[in-house]
Amino acid sequence: MPVKRVDKTPMPERDAALRSHDFEEVNEGYGIAHAQFEAERCLRCQDPVCIEGCPVRVPIPDFVHRVASGDMRGAAEVLRASNPLPAVCGRVCPQEVQCEEQCSVGIRFKPVAIGYLERFVADWEMAQPPVDVTVKLDRAEKVAIIGSGPAGLVCAGELARLGYPVTIFEALHAPGGVLRYGIPEFRLPKDVLDWEIDQLRKLGVEIVCNVIIGKTITMDQLMGEMGFSAVFIGTGAGLPSFMGIPGENLNGVYSANEFLTRVNLMHANDFPNADTPVMVGKRVAVIGAGNTAMDTVRTALRVGAEKGMIVYRRSDKEMTARVEEHHHAIEEGVEFHWLTNPIEVLGDEDGWVTGLKCIRMELGEPDASGRARPVPIEGSEFVMPVDNVVLSIGNKPNPLLLQTTKGLESNKWGCLVVHDNSSETSREHVFAGGDAVTGAATVILAAGAGKTAAQEIHEDLRA
Amino acid sequence: MPKILEKRPLTPITKLYKVDAPLVAKAAKPGQFVIVRVREGGERIPLTIADYDRDEGTLTIVVQEVGTTTRLLGQLEVGDEIRDLVGPLGMPLEIPVEGHIVGIGGGFGAAALLCLMRELRQRGDTTTIINGAREKDLLILNEELTEVCDNLELCTDDGSEGFHGFVTERLAQLIDGDGPGRPDMVVAIGPMPMMRAVTETTRGKDIPTLVSLDPLMIDGTGMCGGCRVTVNNEVKFACVDGPFFDAHQVDFEEAVRRNKMYVKQEAESKDRTECRKLAVGQV
Repeated sequence: MPVKRVDKTPMPERDAALRSHDFEEVNEGYGIAHAQFEAERCLRCQDPVCIEGCPVRVPIPDFVHRVASGDMRGAAEVLRASNPLPAVCGRVCPQEVQCEEQCSVGIRFKPVAIGYLERFVADWEMAQPPVDVTVKLDRAEKVAIIGSGPAGLVCAGELARLGYPVTIFEALHAPGGVLRYGIPEFRLPKDVLDWEIDQLRKLGVEIVCNVIIGKTITMDQLMGEMGFSAVFIGTGAGLPSFMGIPGENLNGVYSANEFLTRVNLMHANDFPNADTPVMVGKRVAVIGAGNTAMDTVRTALRVGAEKGMIVYRRSDKEMTARVEEHHHAIEEGVEFHWLTNPIEVLGDEDGWVTGLKCIRMELGEPDASGRARPVPIEGSEFVMPVDNVVLSIGNKPNPLLLQTTKGLESNKWGCLVVHDNSSETSREHVFAGGDAVTGAATVILAAGAGKTAAQEIHEDLRA
Repeated sequence: MPKILEKRPLTPITKLYKVDAPLVAKAAKPGQFVIVRVREGGERIPLTIADYDRDEGTLTIVVQEVGTTTRLLGQLEVGDEIRDLVGPLGMPLEIPVEGHIVGIGGGFGAAALLCLMRELRQRGDTTTIINGAREKDLLILNEELTEVCDNLELCTDDGSEGFHGFVTERLAQLIDGDGPGRPDMVVAIGPMPMMRAVTETTRGKDIPTLVSLDPLMIDGTGMCGGCRVTVNNEVKFACVDGPFFDAHQVDFEEAVRRNKMYVKQEAESKDRTECRKLAVGQV
């Protein structure tokens, strides 16, 4: 029977003062006792609305009940059958606006900690002796996947389970896309990512790094001489936006992509053992207030900044970062400058950043996004002394593939156009999903898109 | 991993490699580059494609040993593999003007003129290469360059070979009608001060000029934005919009400054690599 308890079983976390100086994971994860204790809170609803909140439709009550009854292997099988990246999603999904927002317990109490339970089950599975997951890839049609981010990985896994030989092409030297270069170790340990990718390799998915479709190989070659019957484009949104304010090219100004890539992919935190450096001064200002901005400012503290600051032109109400990330950032001593809009980066005579000139804002009428429009307060300019400025104000889809591929339609934001609510692009047998279609969004939406596309590719190839 | 098929020292610190990279060779066009990484934990650096052979499936790159990665690369021998190599990156060079095209190579930059000038010559342009270096022994690839152009002009700062003086002084003479004559277009590849000097030499003379910028890069696909340069008051990403830009519009001062961002760290890393080499005979 479900047990009534008002609060979630808390996630064990490492002490903020300790963790803000290293890259070990912040959340330590539930033990078996925590997990079973929490799983008992699930009401086992007749009509489980939580599933509606999940982009990949994980049968949540089913796996949660198995956890409550101690059947961890069963829980893992249920989970993995619907989500090929549970260890990742259990860590980075914004559950509070998805499954947990729908959870019926949440009407009167705190919702069941579905995300923590998902992570627990995936971590339990990782700790078990490996099981044989190989499937027969005996279908004649080969499928190519462009990009090894969450959309591509999930699509590849689903297609392999359907028996298709799948090859993923990745531009960088290591697979994972934004999970590799974007999300920091303290939130998503790279051995967890490696383990998930290994599961795909064990399924028979081939991953080829250092190949850029559109540059090394064209789409025509892929579908012509190389013999791929269908293609899934999961190239993400990896083209950083800049503000266009004076001083953005001064030394010490980074895009969040560059800053995070230097640390996450190139291991600049380990310089000079690793060869790539990152330049971090005492005071780092990060512009923006999404999850990437939180990752960036918390990373800055871990690579030596004494003061990490978020500068955002709107207020905390409009912030797009997850509650948990915001909360962790506060605990780690990040300063928040709300209603503050940067207007110029200032530098010294050698071209190094010395300050960020800002203007204070107030909230006005709602704008096109439905959020209150920030309006500058005249005469409120001031200078914030800083050594680094990192811009985390969004990304657009990468244009490389579009530049060299005929017949692929895109919209004015550079996003690939798909037929009404499907994954079909304007080119036959070419499908797309994730940020490349929607613009920058979340890991789980990309994963969901990859999963849907796999089904559509299957239907297309059977037609 | 691409295997090294041929290695040839050109100067004490410059080496030519021919590597087995059929996919890249097949797709490569003049003006493009590759990004390489030579060890786990290594950095990613861009290298200009000097030449390619589509039938053989080989790529030629020329490396000057100046930092950690180029030194480690310099230690690789025939039969060794380059850990990561990706490309071709950047926009192929578009030369709209037909007529007399002058390619200027400074130091190891001359290597990048190989495939470019061959293609232009095949197209029917008159081609001149001005190859310059400090002294005779540092002039590279003279034989190969002779084969791909109509006129090869050599310059040395100390006069030990060819014209005694900078490439820009010889270029000024050509503009005035000397030797192969006034260029209709100039393409310069080499150290920043040399490209900057070439830009000033042709400025105001109605000679379109292109330079190959080599800012710091990580991914080379437009993802990091580290390679941003200002051209005609607009911010461009050299990796996807370049690496060639209209020389007369380039903000060289900013480009030079941004390239020096990590001078201290680069020196630290290089010293460390040298020390380890001395201490254990390997890195």
